[in-house]
Amino acid sequence: MVTHATRSPGHQVTSKIIIQQLSIWFGKVLALRSLNLEIQGNEILGVIGPANSGKTSFLRQLNRLNELEASFRMSGEVILDNKNIQHIKPEALRKRVGMIFALPQVLPISIYDNVAYGVRMHDGKSKSELDGIVEDSLKSSFLWDEVKDRLKELATKLSGGQQQRLCISRTLAVKPEVVLFDEPCSGLDPISTAKVEESMLKLKEKYTIVLVTNNTKQAARVSDRTAFFLTGELVEIDKTHKLFTAPKDKRTEEYIQGKFG
Amino acid sequence: MKLRQIKEFIIEKLIFLSGILSILFVVLIFTFLLKEGFLFFKEISIKTFITGKYWYPISDPEQFGILPLILGSLIVTLGAIIVSVPLSIACAFYISEVAQGRIKDILKAGIEMLAAIPSVVLGFIGMTTLVPFLKNVFNLPTGLTALSGSIMLGLMAMPTIITISEDAINAVPKSYKEGALALGATRWQAMYRVIIHAALPGIIAASMLGIGRVIGETMAVMMITGNAAVIPTTFLQPVRTLTATIAAEMGETVHGSMHYYSLFAIGIILFVITFIINVTADMFLHRNKK
Amino acid sequence: MKTTTKQKIAFSILFLCTIMVVLPVLFVLGIIIKNGWHGINWQFLTTMPKDGMRGGGIYPAIVGTLYLVSLSIVFSLPIGLLAAIYLNEYAKDNLLTRLIRLAIVNLSGVSSVVYGLFGLALFVTFMKFGVSILSGALTLAIMNLPIVITASREALASVPYSFREVSYSLGLSRWQTIRHSVLPFAIPGILTGAILSLARAAGETAPILFTVAAFYLPKLPDSIFDQAMALPYHLYIISTQIPNISTETRYATALVLVGIVFSMNIIAVVIRARLRKRKKW
Repeated sequence: MVTHATRSPGHQVTSKIIIQQLSIWFGKVLALRSLNLEIQGNEILGVIGPANSGKTSFLRQLNRLNELEASFRMSGEVILDNKNIQHIKPEALRKRVGMIFALPQVLPISIYDNVAYGVRMHDGKSKSELDGIVEDSLKSSFLWDEVKDRLKELATKLSGGQQQRLCISRTLAVKPEVVLFDEPCSGLDPISTAKVEESMLKLKEKYTIVLVTNNTKQAARVSDRTAFFLTGELVEIDKTHKLFTAPKDKRTEEYIQGKFG
Repeated sequence: MKLRQIKEFIIEKLIFLSGILSILFVVLIFTFLLKEGFLFFKEISIKTFITGKYWYPISDPEQFGILPLILGSLIVTLGAIIVSVPLSIACAFYISEVAQGRIKDILKAGIEMLAAIPSVVLGFIGMTTLVPFLKNVFNLPTGLTALSGSIMLGLMAMPTIITISEDAINAVPKSYKEGALALGATRWQAMYRVIIHAALPGIIAASMLGIGRVIGETMAVMMITGNAAVIPTTFLQPVRTLTATIAAEMGETVHGSMHYYSLFAIGIILFVITFIINVTADMFLHRNKK
Repeated sequence: MKTTTKQKIAFSILFLCTIMVVLPVLFVLGIIIKNGWHGINWQFLTTMPKDGMRGGGIYPAIVGTLYLVSLSIVFSLPIGLLAAIYLNEYAKDNLLTRLIRLAIVNLSGVSSVVYGLFGLALFVTFMKFGVSILSGALTLAIMNLPIVITASREALASVPYSFREVSYSLGLSRWQTIRHSVLPFAIPGILTGAILSLARAAGETAPILFTVAAFYLPKLPDSIFDQAMALPYHLYIISTQIPNISTETRYATALVLVGIVFSMNIIAVVIRARLRKRKKW
């Protein structure tokens, strides 16, 4: 990890990811403009903003999912632990930077197989090792107690909230360092949402988390710092309670108060 | 890890190779037809071949004029178009715009069944039912005529025309139809004023592909059109098509004779005709998608 | 005239046209079943022909056809599937892809008898496989390639894009993603296409005329380099070349051929229907 001097002298904070002058285009559309941002280790960074604010493009750049689109172009740098991610093989990068999608994307196979899915491909693990990883991962997302007796059942039979926590387990199973959440609770009821948020708070002890959300209250509840994006630009980033109680920018204030978006 | 990468490298190369294999096959087909047909065109010019009125490949002197065969194929195809295109388009509209639920499923299954019946079976049924029927109705010396070929081939072209037209009709944006209905048009008015226009390129392509199938069809046509290599003047006389000539005569030729090569020359003509039809139809289909 | 009356008349005409398309199918099937049913018995299906095909069974023709279609799918399924994977998962929107698409369209449009000529020139003569099951199966395989490619490609395309995203996001490579997140969920669709292509191959006559088909063989083929009898060709010769064969034998042969082709189609349709029912994504 990089030790990086912040603006407050004498105080040292570790930066897990450093983003410099990052711009992203899809075809002729500029999705993100000259972004500079640092993400610290073991924090939850909340990213809020209306539609087309560039927040999802930003998130999907951190594990290079954007490049699956044929029309994608970029400039600038994303540096993970001192290394430009464009110089890391995408497979290796994505193992280290996992992602949870907006809708729970469980595969129509068993619960066990879903969790073991990524691990199996990466390296030959014995059956007992695999069992251990599956159990640990399911415990980390607080799903173990609910599913431990039916690991062989189809994962598609789980409820929406359970499915999303299953996706979290599946991502954790490949032992990432950073976990990206792309509006993870957009389709969930309040109780399921609370469970997902609970697991996020627990996860930050071990992982660095970036949470993109449409739900400003969710960002306020779980993130340490929050960034506000608008039309492809970072408007403001600050400690969460500061951003929500005393935003520096007028546009941030208006968005938080629900005047647009 | 290393081993996996090598494995993936090989697999991905194989995938690419298989991808371009289709191109290779088309080229191979044309090359091998040319290879055998070339020797024929060294002796006889394309013009004499196409405009020659007499097809006497085994008499002395032999004559290789395929005009009667081309016209035979044309008249059968023309008849098949008249039989199949209007019916098929009507059927496609009925299935995609009028029929609902179970009826729709049953009709679609029926069309699929029609497509599945082998050509030789349709030829056989044509011989045993249609041919004697036409003979009696028109009081002909033989029922093996261009007309029987047209009817049977029309039937065989229908599944192609119907399914592709149906796709074209279904691809018309719903808003077009809803817009017309919102203005007070009946479903029928929406169909013939709006949908048919939007679906037209697809329907044309469908008809062309159906015609392509008719021209290339071999077994049924050989069994029921009488195979007389004369220039046709009516639908009620025996004719011989390009395809039937190849199928019927290849077995009797001596390998390496002019007759043998002439059949490959006919193959080249057929290949070029279907190639043009398919490329044009594909252009219509592609335009429709945009 | 009132517009609703007009619509009623128009719809009735459309319905009539549709009936005119579907009725012949029922007529053809009905007449084959009615006239062929009594000719089918165990002996007909399992013995060699006798008396210049006028008696005995059609066993070698059935076996020949089964050999032919199974061997042809051995060639066409792997190539077709890999080609479909290329087109659906790898190909970019460029000239090469357009050429491939055009080639496939043309392969599906080439006349079946031209395939016969091609098989004769390439496999029988040039590659010296002779008139044999191998030559016929290869010819049928190339002819069926467009069906296999199109069906497999549809099956691959119906697997949600999100499955691929999940797989990539877990750090899997492109091939791992295809192999484990796409192919398993496309298998029923691929199978449907493969069986439909088998059905088509079983009924084709023109491509095997000069590449494999034998008029009459007193024994079953020993290897793929032997000639073989085939059901559709057998139906052709007994209905056109041999006089004084009982109508029943002809119809029974047609019924067996249609039976084989249709049962394959039905299997394919059942697989497809079960897939649609099961599909939850």
